[in-house]
Amino acid sequence: MAERQAQGRPEAAALPPAIELRGISKAFGPVQANGDISVRVARGTIHGIVGENGAGKSTLMSILYGFYRADAGEILIGGRPTPIPDSQSAIRAGIGMVFQHFKLVPNFTVLENVVLGAEEGALLRPSLARARRELTRLAEDYELDVDPDALVEDLSVGHQQRVEILKALYRQADILILDEPTGVLTPAEADHLFRILKGLKAQGKTIVLITHKLREIMEITDEVSVMRRGEMVATVRTEATSPEALAELMVGRKVLLRVDKAPAAPGRTVLEIEDLRVRDGHGVERLKGVSLTLRAGEILGIAGVAGNGQSELLELLGGIAQGTGRVRLNGTELDLSGRGCNGRARRAAGIAHVPEDRQHLGMILDFAAWENVAFGYQDAPEYRAGRFFMDNDALRAECEGKMARFDVRPPLPALAGKNFSGGNQQKLIVAREIERNPDLLLIGQPTRGVDIGAIEFIHKQIVALRDAGKAILLVSVELDEIMSLSDRIAVMFDGRIMGLRDPARTDERELGLMMAGMDGTRGAA
Amino acid sequence: MMDLPTLLQILDSTIRLGTPLLLACLAGLFSERAGIFDIGLEGKMLAAAFLSAAVAFVTGSVWLGLVAGIVASLLMSAIHGLASITFRGNQLISGVAINFLASGLTVLLGQYWFALGGRTPSLEGAARFAPITLPFAEELRGVPVLGPVYRELISGHTALVYVALLAVPASWWLLYRTRFGLRLRAVGENPAAVDTAGVSVVGIRYAAVAICGLLTGLAGAYLACSLSAGFVKEMTAGRGYIALAALIFAKWRPWQALGATMLFGLLEAVANRYQSLNLWGLPLPVQFMQALPYILTVIILAGFVGKAIPPRAGGQPYVKER
Ligand SMILES: Nc1ncnc2c1ncn2[C@@H]1O[C@H](COP(=O)(O)OP(=O)(O)OP(=O)(O)O)[C@@H](O)[C@H]1O
Ligand SMILES: [Mg+2]
Repeated sequence: MAERQAQGRPEAAALPPAIELRGISKAFGPVQANGDISVRVARGTIHGIVGENGAGKSTLMSILYGFYRADAGEILIGGRPTPIPDSQSAIRAGIGMVFQHFKLVPNFTVLENVVLGAEEGALLRPSLARARRELTRLAEDYELDVDPDALVEDLSVGHQQRVEILKALYRQADILILDEPTGVLTPAEADHLFRILKGLKAQGKTIVLITHKLREIMEITDEVSVMRRGEMVATVRTEATSPEALAELMVGRKVLLRVDKAPAAPGRTVLEIEDLRVRDGHGVERLKGVSLTLRAGEILGIAGVAGNGQSELLELLGGIAQGTGRVRLNGTELDLSGRGCNGRARRAAGIAHVPEDRQHLGMILDFAAWENVAFGYQDAPEYRAGRFFMDNDALRAECEGKMARFDVRPPLPALAGKNFSGGNQQKLIVAREIERNPDLLLIGQPTRGVDIGAIEFIHKQIVALRDAGKAILLVSVELDEIMSLSDRIAVMFDGRIMGLRDPARTDERELGLMMAGMDGTRGAA
Repeated sequence: MMDLPTLLQILDSTIRLGTPLLLACLAGLFSERAGIFDIGLEGKMLAAAFLSAAVAFVTGSVWLGLVAGIVASLLMSAIHGLASITFRGNQLISGVAINFLASGLTVLLGQYWFALGGRTPSLEGAARFAPITLPFAEELRGVPVLGPVYRELISGHTALVYVALLAVPASWWLLYRTRFGLRLRAVGENPAAVDTAGVSVVGIRYAAVAICGLLTGLAGAYLACSLSAGFVKEMTAGRGYIALAALIFAKWRPWQALGATMLFGLLEAVANRYQSLNLWGLPLPVQFMQALPYILTVIILAGFVGKAIPPRAGGQPYVKER
């Protein structure tokens, strides 16, 4: 019957789609991750997939790659029904996938990672030699150069991603799936990736791109599919749509893509930082004399390419790392290297911290949500019952309240942290920290890997905290986010502040230059 | 200084005592490199020792005994594989269970079959491994130093000693020079990478566990039919755990495993030879000497030998869907 349908449409019969999914369903226990999904991807195009956190994008693509097995549905590759029970079948069908969390062996070389599973013959040496030649060729063809003998664990994330792409191309993939490839990349690396993808498309390859960044969808895709809560709600031509329309399709309501905020009304000085220095475990100076001031009712955004000292600054202020210099909060000196340098002391002083790495520093993934919303504040009197016990009922009630106020989905306090999507994990952490009403909020990468609905929500919360007269130190590698949220921008490069700018009187070009270590040219804010 | 014959004797027994440790250590290496922790080496060796001795006694053929020992050990491996790979159970618990099972079953069956309090009768003649004299051992006798070294130290061991020594380069080659080795090492570091590369994680892990069973089978048969002449209750005496300590000491690498296990063998050999030792006027009692290998084990396990990073996915079952 399907055949006849295809014949009914002449253009479809002439050129079968590279991928066609029919009625794919998948449930993880009680969670229906994919429900009756059908979609077609035309050959030689770049097809975007967008949707909120937990919409089921990764699940759908993992089914196409044979990582998960669908409960129901059919996959057609190049018009032919192709069962894909495991990744080997997917590879044979010409599909390659770059997962959201890379699937690399960290202590293997690039070459070994590429060859793994695609060896020819029982001995390694010939396979490795062939792969070495092949990598040289691929590097030339697609700007995909990586040192074949480097250990993967020594590579930057951007380079690790290239290894994943090389793995797929080495297996002669015609269809390449990329799951949120730019989430971890610097802007320059992302540009490079897009050049690679355009090159691949020019070679006739079909690319499926999952991303939360609508700008990327508009820039590079031909068609885009929108998923919402496990269902496919629309597939449209990119030319015929707009970021606003896509956002509305994703969330099911109108979304404000720009931050709506009144001009800041900065008050007294809350935070004074002088000459902060931090050395890492190897004795390398990561923070080389940073001085800043931050006032009440103001958001100071720190822009910079990841790894230029922003993390160290946050960790030192948050009491996680030690260093030297002077920090005064509301006029009181903070301990930067002694016994008073810890998270608990900082919280007591009125500093809340939403760490950059939410899965490691922000929560304990195996613990329930209600336990996670207490971390750092477990000694608060309202969570205690008597001298020795915790008041777990109070904690569960508190968690329920936070889930309602912050629209955490699913609103189940007993669910373990790891079973929430990234965006919802972030909402839990932000709820925990903001609702403590701190004088100073440190917030790192608040919306990394978070969908636009949740971004809008988190941004609103940050602005509301500012309007309540609190000071906020925002660190983000997303220039858009820095530009739209900050009242003042400080650019960091190589452990130093390159300069301060007024967001109304600067642009991405100037900030970009400063982030690359070149002096900005225009006047300071 | 000790004289050459004494030194040779000590080194000779080092090799003999180090061999079962080496085989068990390599067994653990294959299993753990594939991400399956195996605390049950001890139990598997014990089961293999018992069954090989029993069958060797009954049939009068040490080779049939060897096969039986390997079968016993492979069966135990299959249990461990089922529990930890297929049913994704806790590998430590499964390993401990295997140790208990082997320790109980060997005594029970031993008593039932032979009624000697859990021992097997002594093995004689063809029911034991015979020493192999390498070519030219007699001819080279007169050559100073080299002659005695060849004759006493290198020649004159039983077959399994040579098998164990050859297993070291063979393991190295298998792990680092073949497709199978690459996949096996990868599965212990990041099974998802192997899975998404289109290779069966379960298949590789079962293969690794089977190799582990084969090698512990050899180790057990060697204990009962070569090092001793028959099975004695609990005759492994913690060698499975010492092999695990040596494995950590060797940082999960074959050549280093040879060095580590021979060091333990040397300690045991010295303890056997010098019942009491006078160290700079300080008399060391025999108990101390005998405890040395175990003391070294504790030191190694406590992490005093530098940082040993176990395979990253070690001990964890591979679960895709929560
Ligand atoms: N291995 C798994 N076991 C159980 N549940 C899972 C698993 N993977 C995903 N889920 C659940 O399935 C749903 C869809 O998840 P999926 O990862 O596909 O979303 P996504 O659209 O990729 O989200 P994100 O944008 O955060 O990456 C979520 O509710 C998630 O919690
Ligand atoms: Mg995803």
